[in-house]
Amino acid sequence: MSDTFLYGIEVVMNGLMTGVLYALVALGFVLIYKASGIFNYAQGVMALFAALTLVGIMEGQVPFSHLINAIFGTNIHHFGWEVPAVLAIFLTMGVMVLFAYLVQRFVFRHLVGQEPIILFMATIGLAYFLEGFGDLMWGSEIKKLDIGLVQGASLWFEDLTSGLGGDGFYGFYIDVLDVTAAVVAIVLVVSLTLFSQYSKQGRAMRAVADDHQAALSVGISLNFIWILVWSIAGFVALVAGIMWGAKSGVQFSLSLIALKALPVLMLGGFTSIPGAIVGGLIIGVGEKLFEFLIGPMIGGATEAWFAYVLALIFLVFRPQGLFGDKIIERV
Amino acid sequence: MSDNSQDISQGGYTTIDGRKIGGVMMEMKNITLRFGGVVAISDISFNIHEGEIRAIIGPNGAGKSSMLNVISGFYNPQEGEVWFHGAKRPPMRPYQVAEQGIARTFQNIALFEGMSVLDNVMTGRLTQMKSGMFAQALWKGKAEKEENENREIVEKIIDFLEIQAIRKTPVARLPYGLKKRVELARALAAEPKLLLLDEPMAGMNVEEKEDMSRFILDVNDEFGTTIALIEHDMGVVMDLSDRVVVMDYGRKIGDGTPAEVLANQDVIDAYLGVSHD
Amino acid sequence: MFYREAGDFKTTYADDTQTFPIKFDRYRYYVVLAFAFGVIPFIINDYWANAVLLPFLIYAIAAIGLNILVGYAGQVSLGSGGFMAVGAYSTYKLMTSFPDVNIFFHVIIAGGITAIVGVLFGLPSLRIKGFYLAVSTLAAQFFLVWLFNRVPWFYNYSASGQISSPERTVFGYAVTGANAESWVAYLFCLVFVTISAIIARNLTRGASGRRWMAIRDMDIAAEIIGVNPLKAKLTAFAVSSFFIGIAGALFFAVYLGSAEVGDTFGTTKSFLLLFMVIIGGLGSIFGSFAGAAFLVVLPVLLKNVLVAGLGWPTDTAAHLEILIIGALIITFLIAEPHGLAQLWRVAKEKLRLWPFPH
Repeated sequence: MSDTFLYGIEVVMNGLMTGVLYALVALGFVLIYKASGIFNYAQGVMALFAALTLVGIMEGQVPFSHLINAIFGTNIHHFGWEVPAVLAIFLTMGVMVLFAYLVQRFVFRHLVGQEPIILFMATIGLAYFLEGFGDLMWGSEIKKLDIGLVQGASLWFEDLTSGLGGDGFYGFYIDVLDVTAAVVAIVLVVSLTLFSQYSKQGRAMRAVADDHQAALSVGISLNFIWILVWSIAGFVALVAGIMWGAKSGVQFSLSLIALKALPVLMLGGFTSIPGAIVGGLIIGVGEKLFEFLIGPMIGGATEAWFAYVLALIFLVFRPQGLFGDKIIERV
Repeated sequence: MSDNSQDISQGGYTTIDGRKIGGVMMEMKNITLRFGGVVAISDISFNIHEGEIRAIIGPNGAGKSSMLNVISGFYNPQEGEVWFHGAKRPPMRPYQVAEQGIARTFQNIALFEGMSVLDNVMTGRLTQMKSGMFAQALWKGKAEKEENENREIVEKIIDFLEIQAIRKTPVARLPYGLKKRVELARALAAEPKLLLLDEPMAGMNVEEKEDMSRFILDVNDEFGTTIALIEHDMGVVMDLSDRVVVMDYGRKIGDGTPAEVLANQDVIDAYLGVSHD
Repeated sequence: MFYREAGDFKTTYADDTQTFPIKFDRYRYYVVLAFAFGVIPFIINDYWANAVLLPFLIYAIAAIGLNILVGYAGQVSLGSGGFMAVGAYSTYKLMTSFPDVNIFFHVIIAGGITAIVGVLFGLPSLRIKGFYLAVSTLAAQFFLVWLFNRVPWFYNYSASGQISSPERTVFGYAVTGANAESWVAYLFCLVFVTISAIIARNLTRGASGRRWMAIRDMDIAAEIIGVNPLKAKLTAFAVSSFFIGIAGALFFAVYLGSAEVGDTFGTTKSFLLLFMVIIGGLGSIFGSFAGAAFLVVLPVLLKNVLVAGLGWPTDTAAHLEILIIGALIITFLIAEPHGLAQLWRVAKEKLRLWPFPH
């Protein structure tokens, strides 16, 4: 087998891995949209904020240290303690639940019944707010996220596949971290799908997504469901933040991953949990392959826009995405 | 099934109270409309004469609004033909149907909530406003003249429907009954040949129904507009309409004058046997 | 008792539909115009021009354009940064290819080119709606930025990838380039702003405005009563992109002097314009001005108070700024979705009654 072909296969595999990571972020979007009709642009910033908080707690950072130093002229940055990863994850999860409650109480309770586009713009405002808040709280320098996940090439897999090529072929490179992320993502998708379909709260969620009034009339608490959903989305954001953060450090560009999740959703359908995975894989592989095959001919760096154009073309022919609910308009 | 449509000649006829009705304006021939597996309309044919008031009645879910949507071009029937003014109508977009002179009101009010009453009624004139973008950008001259001319026509409709006092009010603030009247004004502003009314009396009390009935009769009388209306109130149907089409489960089960239709056993079985209101 | 309509009867429809029906408003408008054209050029200095006035004027044009698309026609676009880039790069190519043509015409032609590009990227709006459309406008945004970054013809093959505006004059005065004086640049932009506002006002008060608003409010009903949705949506994209293109041209040529597409015209710019339109007021020309003014002045204010005044580090001030903008967006969407323009209208209503309470 030729070198280019082998390299192409590696590209596809890495694309699959990246796609899974996209799907992780997209999952958070789908959850919130399914339960409230809100398209949460802030999901990416939530991942960033969760990761920042996790690192901040683990390293014993003083929250708002830059602000405090600026106002009072002090020079404090750390408490001096360190928190073990598992405990820090629990504490961060607590912060995300608190965030879910606050968002519910102060933003979306006041926007019930507004058109979707107003809700979307509110989440853009939320994204900006959370970004500024997160930066003020923990500082905007790049941070290393290390919770003990194994990283680096999978030597086992390389040895396994080295026989496929000729001499000098070292076997396919797969980062163990990506594999972990893929497993985590699949576990999440499966458990969330099961939760949504079979549990009492999952059913309540779907009821709320369908018709607020009807759900209220059978005794479902809108506020509780929304807090629950935003908390789950917060959890998903935390997982995504950990995976991405471990891979490339915790920095602002993490929130831009959310922008990449959008074409994933357009492809998969805004209301489909499995669609998030399928869409993520298609986009992940698609953009890497396109850049590999066609990119060099037209200047490279096509990953900046390929996902969007692909999703756009797809949407024109199938406005609801692969698995989304069909949009019916009556008059 | 008693179908009296053959008794009316292709030319006009005279009603019981002596009004002269013109020839056939619109003809639905063997219309079948399906949504996936559901058959909304099944092989229905009827016509509408020029200048008459034609009622379409039937139980809920009979397919009446769908029929109106076929007439306004929103749905394209899988089978059958629509003939307008003696010519077969090719499949066309709803706005092209509007340009041909067909206007309508909607079962659940479809006013433009971001605009005032005046602006909403002015949208009824949009098919007649032809100034190009450059003329409009300049405003003075052609565009302003056309705007004021159309404003005059719209003001006459506003006077006719007695909504002068609320012309600058945003429609979102209006009570239900006034919204229905504004919707009628918008449809009338188009000076249509055929006016489709989808349950114009829905949700109204006796007084409001009398007002609306008076307006509908006046529209037919003064402007000569042909009217097709969907209505549940049998009293209104008897008083207003010249001829009636009865639908049930997507089929036609009656067609004739109100008296003929009320005497039709099929109609009584399907529809009038159940008490309403 | 000075802000009254009593006794001011309109006897013609022309009078009824004029932009400022209340006499006081009309006179206020004339005074503002006189001040803007007649006084400011004499008292302007470089700092005020660069920090406040030029960006305000230019963003006002862009905000008017985006407001037509989002506020009047209801088509949400997150790609306005990319369209500003089209205006900027078109102007650059025109300026360098036809150096003898006056820059005034270059700016207008650049607007026209942007309008065509806008129509192209607006075609999906015929099938896609709501925030599906918003997301697909991001395709335009990312693609356009990539295009101007990767295709060297657009920046005349320069090694840095940047574009710079050569000096151009109007009536003998330098408008672009290092020698341009601030009052000349200011007046040049002011002329464009005034014409843009008048055109936008005329388009939105007549048939076009109604077609757009009908599509926005209920597009199915709009089509049934006779609005051609294709024409309405595409004209909205065309007109909106025309204004945004002009703003991009002025932003590059007159204000910045040089630009690098990723920094200057990225998604940050798109969101900034959207925020101006939301905070200022959707569906309002005045709102476009208010939003532009607000989001130009706010960072300047914060910088002066926090950094210069209190000695904060600039990045902390920047973070606070982002946080405040986010909070303001949410606040406006909850409390006053119609933005500053609505607050202004309510204030005027109260003023009409003053000193009576109701």
